[in-house]
Amino acid sequence: MTPPHALDAHLRIDRGTFRLDLPLTAAPGEVVALLGPNGAGKSTALRALAGLLPLTEGHLHLDGTALEDPATGLHTPAESRPVGVVFQDYLLFPHLSALDNVAFGLRCRGADKKTSRAQARPWLERLGLAEYTESKPRALSGGQAQRVALARALAVRPRLLLLDEPLAALDARTRLEVRAQLRRHLAEFEAVAVLVTHDPLDAMVLADRLVVIEGGQVVQTGTPSEIARHPRTDYIARLVGLNLYQGTADGHTVTLADGQKLATTDELTGPAFVAFPPAAVALHRTRPESSARNAWQLEVAGLDLHGDQIRVDLTGELPLTADLTPAAAAELDLAPGTMVWASVKAAQTRAYPA
Amino acid sequence: MSPAPPTAAAPDTAVSSRTRARRRSARIPYALLLPALLGLAFLVLPLAGLLVRAPWSSLPGQLSSTEVWEALRLSLICATAATGLSLLVGVPLAWLLARTDFPGRRFIRALVTLPLVLPPVVGGVALLLVLGRNGIIGRWLDSAFGITLPFHTSGVVLAEAFVAMPFLVISVEGALRAADPRYEEAAATLGASRLTAFRRVTLPLIAPGIGAGAVLAWARALGEFGATITFAGNFPGQTQTMPLAVYLAMESDPEAAIALSLVLLAVSITVLAGLRDRWMSTP
Amino acid sequence: MTSTMRRTAISAVAALALATGLGACSSGSSSSASASASSSAAAPKLSGTVTVFAAASLQGTFTDLGKKFEAAYPGVKVKFNFGGSSSLAQSIVSGAPADVFAAASPATMKTVTDAKDAAGDPKVFVRNTLEIAVPKGNPKHIASLKDLAGSGLKVALCAKEVPCGSAAATALKTGDVNLTPVTLEQDVKAALTKVELGEVDASLVYRTDVQADSGKIDGVDFPEAAKAVNDYPIAALAKAPNTNGAAAFVAYIQSAEARQVLTAAGFQAP
Repeated sequence: MTPPHALDAHLRIDRGTFRLDLPLTAAPGEVVALLGPNGAGKSTALRALAGLLPLTEGHLHLDGTALEDPATGLHTPAESRPVGVVFQDYLLFPHLSALDNVAFGLRCRGADKKTSRAQARPWLERLGLAEYTESKPRALSGGQAQRVALARALAVRPRLLLLDEPLAALDARTRLEVRAQLRRHLAEFEAVAVLVTHDPLDAMVLADRLVVIEGGQVVQTGTPSEIARHPRTDYIARLVGLNLYQGTADGHTVTLADGQKLATTDELTGPAFVAFPPAAVALHRTRPESSARNAWQLEVAGLDLHGDQIRVDLTGELPLTADLTPAAAAELDLAPGTMVWASVKAAQTRAYPA
Repeated sequence: MSPAPPTAAAPDTAVSSRTRARRRSARIPYALLLPALLGLAFLVLPLAGLLVRAPWSSLPGQLSSTEVWEALRLSLICATAATGLSLLVGVPLAWLLARTDFPGRRFIRALVTLPLVLPPVVGGVALLLVLGRNGIIGRWLDSAFGITLPFHTSGVVLAEAFVAMPFLVISVEGALRAADPRYEEAAATLGASRLTAFRRVTLPLIAPGIGAGAVLAWARALGEFGATITFAGNFPGQTQTMPLAVYLAMESDPEAAIALSLVLLAVSITVLAGLRDRWMSTP
Repeated sequence: MTSTMRRTAISAVAALALATGLGACSSGSSSSASASASSSAAAPKLSGTVTVFAAASLQGTFTDLGKKFEAAYPGVKVKFNFGGSSSLAQSIVSGAPADVFAAASPATMKTVTDAKDAAGDPKVFVRNTLEIAVPKGNPKHIASLKDLAGSGLKVALCAKEVPCGSAAATALKTGDVNLTPVTLEQDVKAALTKVELGEVDASLVYRTDVQADSGKIDGVDFPEAAKAVNDYPIAALAKAPNTNGAAAFVAYIQSAEARQVLTAAGFQAP
């Protein structure tokens, strides 16, 4: 009896000259990322889903229940929606301890002080914050605060989890670690999660599906690899055009599921992502004699002009995309079906814990 | 791209405290120091004048009358009650002004601050016209409930609250505007109604602002004269607060007036100094 | 003859004081002219400004008399400062630049004479008696001082620190009336306002105040008032910036013409 889409929404919001027009559906357990540049309408969409901003038109159904329908005047206020939000800068209540922050939503739903605290404690423990229950938010690090915010949003057992730039407030080092943890928690989350970000890497690592929006309109949707391989606008090509692979790391080598090995200068062990930009790929007619250990013979599947670059889509043992200058492409005499050697320096790859 | 979160400042503490120490020892520019000292002298010298001219030898005699202590007691009770009343209605009013949008909000805001510029005596007359025995509301209060506010201690409280509440409202509204309204949104997404969000999130966040406003209002109420004597009248033990007693003593016996002023001054300074540290510093 | 000589001497002193800068607070330019005039003529020609500090209850009559005085002495301006007699006395003792003080009670004048700030003995120029002020039509039918003590009646008195208050106390004591007022007002006008607004049923105020406000207030005479008559003294001040003007104004207030204006307003001749 599960409805085909746990989340079934069409968000239409008119604000002066700006118009958001965003159809959005998601299956239970799916993580959807709204990706787009600043001002694209991502946050507007998130606020609309949370009930903080009314829809002008469209509808919003969650688990088969209508939460909002401007045509009938239905608008379920934020406090009555089964929705949890992790805000960009977390917005932990500064006067409450971590435990009371997590217990806040439970208390608002009628639990007494003692019960709500008892129910909140396991959430903090699950997120590895057992020893920080009594800490005030200002005593927490950025990563800890982010996890408290996540615990607070999850504690009310939402049917829709919204995350607004969940990693933007973190410094680069914490970000890697928190991103990996967040990915695990999102994977465990059984309901729909919608993530808003302007960072393609966050989107690709955390989400099952990307919805790219520009100027309030959807410009592309698909899985991270689909979008990376077939960007439809310059913006996506520039930002999302990233070769991304998942595998298992052991020192400087990441082994992918199909046995392909990728060399990287980052050292780590366990599940990992490896990524490198198309511009880092060099193409050769013959097998390169350079020191690059990452070299594969691949077939040109397609050529596209993106700005002043030519994007080459390659298939074979390791599908990837490469960006070339028109001059280099002409010199190589590339056409669909051409066999070329592709190489990437280990120093130009990035490996992240998965 | 990724601004440092405010919570991650701990490792910088040593550095920042050193910077602060250096800043403190730096020379203060005369262009600031001179007017600052002038301002201080301007505020403090009249008080010093009171101390110098105080009839120290006859002071115990001046202060032995029960009327003095009655007036002081009444002053403290009424100022505190007026502050309580201001808190009760002033904080929600400040919230309304800061957090909601309705036509004429700017105009209402100007109206709220009107008692600040209105001569208190005019305020007292205005209160009489509304709440007096023949006032628009007062007439009805009198006939329906037998309540008359003038010449009663409750009248003193009302007169003081009328004059003092704007201080509280302005202070709390400022605190509300400075407080991030998204905390209220965060509370809403966690299931808090607007009232719960206000009570459990907003109020604690703006507590320092409320405290500062309450202290200001209390101080203003304690010194209130014009509106009180006009609206509530002057009767020892009933409506005669310290400022009224001081004013009337001035008519016949300036020395007694100085003695009374000293008592009011001492009590106010004690209370304000005690509250300032607790309330007016942000945590 | 002698009085003229004395006046000349005083004005010479005043001129000297001004020349040496002692009269710094006065509005300067006026007095030097009068000094030069008085040194040549036997009857001094008045000029400049005469500053009069007068009890609030004199506001109506004195404003009127000031205009008449200015008409009689062209070139002279009269400036008034009306207020509670006690506060006026306080400011005079504290050095306020006044020429004449007209008080509503001998006690307040005493503050000034005690500080040796009066030039010569104060003269009582009028007397004022108390009346019961009631709202127009006397809705509570108050006919005597005793009626004020009736239950459920709200009465405003002046505070005992101000002249109308001490007079009221005397009257009540004389009539052996035990009265608990609802308020002790800071001055007679405030007590009157309370009756006007209907906040109290009656108050004890000066007859002149009732008369000045006869549109909204009725007055009830009572015999005990005779025992609580208030004398109004007037005096030129020792440190008057305009000595001649001060003397002339004090003399004018005691003239028959002025008395007529004052009695018409409800004051009694001394």
